[in-house]
Amino acid sequence: MSTLPTAGATAVAGTKAPAVVESSPAQYLTFLLGGEMFAVGILNIKEIIEYGTVTEIPMVPPFIRGVINLRGAVVPVIDLASRFGGKRSEVSRRTCIVIIELTENDERQDVGVVVDAVSEVLEIPASEIEPPPSFGAKIRADFIKGMGKVNGKFVILLEVEKVLSVDEIATLAQVTSDGGSADLAGGSTPSA
Amino acid sequence: MDELKQVFLQESGEQLDALETLLLELEARPDDETTLNGIFRAAHTIKGAAGMVEAVAVESFAHVVENVLDRLRNHEIAVTTELAALMLACTDHLRVLVANEAGTAQMGAAEIEAQTASLLARLRAFGPGGQVQAPKAAEPGVQRIPSPQTGHSCWHISVRFGPDVLRQGMDPENFLRFLETVGNIRHVETLADKMPPAAEMDPELCYLGFEIALESAADKQTIEDVFAFVRDECSLSILPPNAKVDDYVELIESLPEDTLRLGEILVRIGALTADELSEGLRAQAASAEGEVPADEHREKPIGEILVAQQVVQPEVVAAAVAKQTQVSEKKAQDAKLIRVPADKLDHLINLVGELVIAGAATSLLAHKRSDGELIESSSLLTRLVEEIRDASLQLRTVQIGETFNRFHRLVRDACKDLGKDVELVISGGETELDKSIVEKIGDPLMHLVRNSLDHGIEAPAVRAAAGKSPRGTLLLNAYHDAGNIVIEVADDGAGLNRDKILAKAIERGLVEPDIHLSDREIYDLIFAPGLSTADQVTNLSGRGVGMDVVRRNLQALRGTINVSSQSGQGTRLTLRLPLTLAIIDGFLVVSANRSYVIPLDAVVECVERPEMEHDRNYFNLRGQVLPSVCLREGFGLPGERPARESVVVVQYAGQRAGIVVDRLAGELQAVIKPLGAIFRHLQGIGGSTILGSGEVALILDIPALIKISGQAEQRMLVRPEQRSA
Repeated sequence: MSTLPTAGATAVAGTKAPAVVESSPAQYLTFLLGGEMFAVGILNIKEIIEYGTVTEIPMVPPFIRGVINLRGAVVPVIDLASRFGGKRSEVSRRTCIVIIELTENDERQDVGVVVDAVSEVLEIPASEIEPPPSFGAKIRADFIKGMGKVNGKFVILLEVEKVLSVDEIATLAQVTSDGGSADLAGGSTPSA
Repeated sequence: MDELKQVFLQESGEQLDALETLLLELEARPDDETTLNGIFRAAHTIKGAAGMVEAVAVESFAHVVENVLDRLRNHEIAVTTELAALMLACTDHLRVLVANEAGTAQMGAAEIEAQTASLLARLRAFGPGGQVQAPKAAEPGVQRIPSPQTGHSCWHISVRFGPDVLRQGMDPENFLRFLETVGNIRHVETLADKMPPAAEMDPELCYLGFEIALESAADKQTIEDVFAFVRDECSLSILPPNAKVDDYVELIESLPEDTLRLGEILVRIGALTADELSEGLRAQAASAEGEVPADEHREKPIGEILVAQQVVQPEVVAAAVAKQTQVSEKKAQDAKLIRVPADKLDHLINLVGELVIAGAATSLLAHKRSDGELIESSSLLTRLVEEIRDASLQLRTVQIGETFNRFHRLVRDACKDLGKDVELVISGGETELDKSIVEKIGDPLMHLVRNSLDHGIEAPAVRAAAGKSPRGTLLLNAYHDAGNIVIEVADDGAGLNRDKILAKAIERGLVEPDIHLSDREIYDLIFAPGLSTADQVTNLSGRGVGMDVVRRNLQALRGTINVSSQSGQGTRLTLRLPLTLAIIDGFLVVSANRSYVIPLDAVVECVERPEMEHDRNYFNLRGQVLPSVCLREGFGLPGERPARESVVVVQYAGQRAGIVVDRLAGELQAVIKPLGAIFRHLQGIGGSTILGSGEVALILDIPALIKISGQAEQRMLVRPEQRSA
């Protein structure tokens, strides 16, 4: 398990007092993915672990990397880069799995996401968050919660409930599973 | 108090279930005394328990019900369909009242009260005075106790005062005094059996009962009036002088005390005097000491002696003996059961699961070190863990019969509503399975049974016209098969209408019009979501959950459902469920360095893969064709197939197939870890487990694997051009 550098949090907190009372500044975990900076709200994050043995699951979309054993619980692991339509992340020394707790349909579910490197925890006041661009981000608009301004640069704040929507992923897995089952019979590679 | 109430809620629930079952039994066999007594006992227990937690509404209602049951038991009124229906309605109402005590009633207070009133009014018709009692003397052929022989011509009064009598300002002694104004009390026997140990005794409660022999010329009503003020608080029975043997027998059966000695029973009811008893006991002791041969150590039963001495009638003794046995049997059963909260058991099972994993890790380490002694001790440990696992899983198993029996009522009510005549036949009720599964299959089963009643079995006239018996049969059956439990719901109704289902499915766009489907595939369509909500398939509205929900519920339990049907002959639904949700015996196999677990129950044998003569997926297994699935190819695993491969021969529902894997890695205990909602549509994988090394291994769902490979092949052969779509 890697430790979180939290120095950045205090540094940013002092820059601007929150003008909006109703939405107090929230803390975000920033991480790197394909050289780009992303952030997710810290409240959903349970822990960050080193990338270890991931058991692959057959017949699922490539963005589902598999499952891991998290102290006796079996937790699915999602490859974020692949979920955003890119290539799978290459595993390096700094590759981590961020365990995120989701609540969907009143059910709690832990999901791990593979990131290239975890950087820091930042406090971003609501006034520093811009609405997502209508296009051009090359990521589905509903995946983006907003654009946080950090040191004059934009960081994509992710809407984890959408990115890791259990229902959507399950449906995508089903489609792949139905198609993939075809080769169980013949053993030849499917034409699609 | 809260805890007491909890117990009350649970117990009254169980008693109500028992009451309902017994009432249904009584309806079928109105003359069965045992059933009748059971019903009375259940109602009485509910009343008593309600009194204990001060659930006044339940207590007073149960009291009225009990009164009617009492008359029924005394043959003052007869069992009629009307009465049985009323009693069932009362049972339901008691359920509502009990739920109301718990604050979980579905009805409003006013509604409950209205129902109480209407039921009470109906009950009154069966209460005392509702139906004229036939005078006892007019009964022909009644055997009387010859009065001179036992020497008493007294009324026999048996009274048990309720616990609250003292609180209400009544003194039992006053009643005895008052009784003397009516006649002459010849003998009083005080019963203090209910008296708790001194520490628990509440001086404000009355624990006493009396057996009184009264010499009086007054009629029964006058004697009963003596107790008018406490009539509702006590249980009172008055036997006339020269009472019939039957009356004594009944009285014995209704005595509320738990432990009774035979002699005491007889003395208490006045069939015997204390002197006669002590004389009898002396005789018993004497026979034990001297007269009986030495090899026969058993004492001559007191009952026999008493009969021999002609102080009591054999029938009376027989009844008393029966009561004695019944009391002791009940005692024995109570002692065998311990109530344990389900979450404690679940916690235990979880711990055992972790123990299994930890044990596997230890034995893995032992083998790695190749330390002989360590291996030996760890294998002993593994064996013990296995036993603990089985024993603790066993704790959670229950018989399915209880679930099945609940359907008697459903069938009965549905028949009345629908004007059908259906017999419910239950078999395999003693089949055991995990309680958590039992709880979850109740609803799906209920839906299937309702479906059969609604849509399957035809009305009597239609059945008769089709040349079938007007009475339909609904069969519920359960049995174990290869580590699974199989539950069947079968009816001899009209069967599924193949053409109608197909037409409907085409109309809904579920299948394409020109597609060719086998009968089985068409029947499977009833589980499709689009069809289930439709009512047109059999022109009757469905209730509750749809068939797709039934199937989804079963899938959530790692179960499957199959339907077979024959037009005009009936429909059979077969449900297959795993025995447990927690831990299974598995067989570990490895393909492309990935571990997979095959449930051991499904494994028949393992063989080395025969020489490949073609790239088709079947082998010659001792002269038989064995279709097979290659995991490496099926799951799209990387790497080439090795030169040597193994085949695990699996069997499921009579079908055999081979699973081709790289190598075998032996047996293991797999603690099933669900894969979670994300993988809920995943086919061919039933779950996962954690190996000793900490690695996650996937558990193969053999039936699904066989099914999807079969389906995929068919799809490919029937419509090759569709594959790329």
